[in-house]
Amino acid sequence: MSTSYPNRPARGGRLPALAAVTALLVGLAIVFAFFVAPEDADQGISQRIFYFHVPIALTAYACFGWAAFKALLLLWRKEERYDLESYVAVHQGTIFGALTLATGSIWAKASWGHWWLWSENQLVLFLVLFLFYSAYFMLRFSIEEGPRRANISAVYALFGVVLVPVSFLAIRLAENVIHPTVFTRDGPQMTGTMFLAFCVAWVAITLLAYTLYRVELAGKRLDANLRELREALTT
Amino acid sequence: MTYFADVAALARKDLRLELRARDTLPAMLLFVVSTLVVFHFALPADAGELAAQGLLWLALVFTALLGLARAWAPERESGALDGLVLAPCDRSAIWLGKALATFVFLGVISAVALPAFAVFFAPVSWETVAGVALANAGICAVGTLLAAMAAASRTRELVLPLLFLPLAIPLVVGGVGASISDDPGRFLAFLGLYDGVFALLCWASFEYVVSE
Repeated sequence: MSTSYPNRPARGGRLPALAAVTALLVGLAIVFAFFVAPEDADQGISQRIFYFHVPIALTAYACFGWAAFKALLLLWRKEERYDLESYVAVHQGTIFGALTLATGSIWAKASWGHWWLWSENQLVLFLVLFLFYSAYFMLRFSIEEGPRRANISAVYALFGVVLVPVSFLAIRLAENVIHPTVFTRDGPQMTGTMFLAFCVAWVAITLLAYTLYRVELAGKRLDANLRELREALTT
Repeated sequence: MTYFADVAALARKDLRLELRARDTLPAMLLFVVSTLVVFHFALPADAGELAAQGLLWLALVFTALLGLARAWAPERESGALDGLVLAPCDRSAIWLGKALATFVFLGVISAVALPAFAVFFAPVSWETVAGVALANAGICAVGTLLAAMAAASRTRELVLPLLFLPLAIPLVVGGVGASISDDPGRFLAFLGLYDGVFALLCWASFEYVVSE
């Protein structure tokens, strides 16, 4: 690895402002989802979880994609900082993936009376991805820190983005033969206000993920710098 | 053509090691037959052939895991992998050689497991045989790379199943579909797609797993 000082501290000042904007937008999204958007005629109040469930799921995908992009940069340019960035993105993606499973499960219970439905392709896909990325942490933390760990983590993160379409195809294929389709759901038929609420929530959740990403990155970099300083002092 | 000569030499080395030491293959054979027997008692008496088809795939995947956990053991002992990485050959050849040797092992396992399954449970169709061959290729491609990752970690045997099983889900879907579906062609094509995509990815990325 080439860079001599990989863990530059984040340029201060911007992070609190980013956090403030995020908090504002998340608040706005809550207002839109609960008070502005009209009640769904068919599903009633339970439909409102849609404004969070779908943006959280899309954000989780974005995090995994971002992690794979950083992993590719690491393998390509061999700069150490990409390792931490890729790891933090996977971490955020896994958190948002778990939230997707939780909100999806709640929605399924409210709409169909079951906590879990194997016929819900997206949910099953998230379960597979959740298991896959949970193993990422097991792998990462059982390898000694260093370029080898960075490389292996990066290759594994790249596997993730390939696994998404392949698994989705597999689940689509499986539902016809192995599991009968119990429920079919049309795409959300949305009015203008509903779509607006959805968009606000989407932007808010994406920004929330980005803010958490920056905060965790800043913290992890601080940790790394502190460790380096301590080592420099003790040796 | 030196690349393929390297691959052939590496695969031959693994096969010869196994022929002389007989470390892994007998254990895998015994394991797959034992698993089938356990499955007989795990299934309710009226479960029928369809359920048994699914268990065949479980037995194959778990047996493959058993072998994959040992796949890099000869290289790890006495640091042979470092020597291989330093050798003037393309590093992806190391992966391809290992994957080919593992493919041969899994072929032997399948040649025992499928007749055993036919005797114990239900007749085996040609589609199942084709599915097993394609799935074995995918298991070898992905499994040897993941095993190399796991070999670099402290918790080797523990972490490999965690890495492998989520990636094996599409293979199980394809395999079970090929066994029981009315239209096995789609599932066989899917298995072929999986093999192609992941083999390419593993071939391209193996270098980074073994080097620093």
